[in-house]
Amino acid sequence: MVNGLEFEKPVLELRNKIKELREFTKNSDVDLSDEIDKLEARLEKLEKEVYENMAPWDRVQVARHSSRPTTLEYIDLLFNDFFELHGDRLYGDDHAIVGGIAKYKGLPVTVIGHQRGRDTKENIRRNFGMPHPEGYRKALRLMKQAEKFGRPVICFIDTKGAYPGKAAEERGQSEAIARNLFEMAGLKVPIICIVTGEGGSGGALALGVGDRLYMLENSTYSVITPEGAASILWKDASLAKKAAEAMRITAPDLKEMGIIDEIIPEVKGGAHRNVKEQAGFIDDILTKSLKELIGMPSDRLIQDRYMKFKKMGKFTEVKESENIHF
Amino acid sequence: MLKDLFSKPKKKRYATIPSEAAKQDVPEGIMAKCPDCRKIMYTKDLERNLKVCLHCGHHFKMNAFERVESLFDEGTFHAFEERISSENPLNFPGYLEKLESDRKKSKLDEAVLTGAGEISGTKVAVAIMDSHFRMGSMGSVVGEKIARAIEEAGKMKVPFIIFTASGGARMQEGVLSLMQMAKTSAALKLFSEQGGLIISVMTHPTTGGVSASFASLGDYNFAEPGALIGFAGRRVIEQTIREDLPDDFQTAEFLLNHGQLDAVIPRLQLKEKLTTVLEIHQQEGELAW
Repeated sequence: MVNGLEFEKPVLELRNKIKELREFTKNSDVDLSDEIDKLEARLEKLEKEVYENMAPWDRVQVARHSSRPTTLEYIDLLFNDFFELHGDRLYGDDHAIVGGIAKYKGLPVTVIGHQRGRDTKENIRRNFGMPHPEGYRKALRLMKQAEKFGRPVICFIDTKGAYPGKAAEERGQSEAIARNLFEMAGLKVPIICIVTGEGGSGGALALGVGDRLYMLENSTYSVITPEGAASILWKDASLAKKAAEAMRITAPDLKEMGIIDEIIPEVKGGAHRNVKEQAGFIDDILTKSLKELIGMPSDRLIQDRYMKFKKMGKFTEVKESENIHF
Repeated sequence: MLKDLFSKPKKKRYATIPSEAAKQDVPEGIMAKCPDCRKIMYTKDLERNLKVCLHCGHHFKMNAFERVESLFDEGTFHAFEERISSENPLNFPGYLEKLESDRKKSKLDEAVLTGAGEISGTKVAVAIMDSHFRMGSMGSVVGEKIARAIEEAGKMKVPFIIFTASGGARMQEGVLSLMQMAKTSAALKLFSEQGGLIISVMTHPTTGGVSASFASLGDYNFAEPGALIGFAGRRVIEQTIREDLPDDFQTAEFLLNHGQLDAVIPRLQLKEKLTTVLEIHQQEGELAW
């Protein structure tokens, strides 16, 4: 059983109680099945209440859950013959981003994604999924390779952000991210992007300029972490919960703002409760979007992609024009 | 009295030490003090020198209008007409009021001025960011204005020059600000595919989301001396890696040394250098041999 989070405690407690009663019924003569039925009905209602009314901060907790499925787990469940490819051919191989070639239901594809570790040791090796410039440059190299061979690109986004370190700055973190935005905008093959966990700012966007953008129900996508926003806004990082609400970073928020195409539903309680089932939900949308995009001429693909991002933003056109005088 | 002429002037028994505030206090408007070498000079002289310190060469911040004046042939610049104004998508208290007050102070309608004009006779489209307006931060309007200016450059078939000065994405517009990085970069890609020339001139400061999008995407990436340029903030990095960073970290010169810039160009040479680049890109003209 995966550890429970604060907001779902009532559900887990009730579930435990039912389990206990079942054990008790089994080992004694007293029949409690009526009670159990009643409690189960209550559990169902409670689950609905809790999981369908998750506050932004609850979703942040789920998105950051240490057992939340990572890119490689989804790759394993969704693709065949995944062949991981390494290195940016310039400096090194960044383990915070994985990528390679694979088959999706017979279709050759390139898959790229941020990769967190499943335990402390792996997390250190993968730098907690926070890439250096060489990670982004590896991703770009693989995208260009996909373009050459006409393979669609599928990106899994799951990072707290690009790594804020000295070496990263020296090697051009800004340029590496900027270059990906630029080149992805002109890539001649379909790009499908899925935010599976945390979508942390520019470090996430550097794998996020695609023809379709999806978010898992409990994932987040933001310009700054709730902690960062809280410390800037109120000089107090402990107000992160409040900031998570103010900044509008959840999947339903982004859908409403017209940034993402669709929300991918999550297993009740979060993707970590059942990775296989979760992969199934992703599978559905992947099939659907690939069917829509494959065969589309590349100039149309690129034009539509530009218009998709051109539409993002909120502003008012001011009618009367007063000239600027010098 | 006559005898006063012959007497020694009274000595002060105590020397007055000017207060800390008085030391910093320079009569506003007439004199300016260099934050780097601390020398004082006439504001008029400083402005005539394109806001470059007469003593140490420190580059003071320029506003968008001063930039226009320093670069464009007289009377050739016109601002693009479109007027778009920000909304308050996250309902941040006081956001619209802050924009209004910056509008009054800066005489700009947002943190970027876009337009077209001639530099030494070559027509170009420009976007000039101004850090006096909300730290030059990029929200929906800044992103949209820059994207439109790039599209306009494409229609006019002229080079596009961007002067960056920005603290990064505008937090008050949340993820919509983030998406402006993609929008502007995509606009540049389409312009670039048409063969358009892109020149980026990074001025102090160019950080965060602006540094990680159009600022770094020039065919030529230049910077002014001493400009702060980087992705992550210095304090964040120091906290992450738990070590002190060198003094010149994330300066234009630091970036040049690490291969991230084509050149650092002092402001007084900027027009001349840009003219050279633009002339080399002229499609017409007789061959020199």
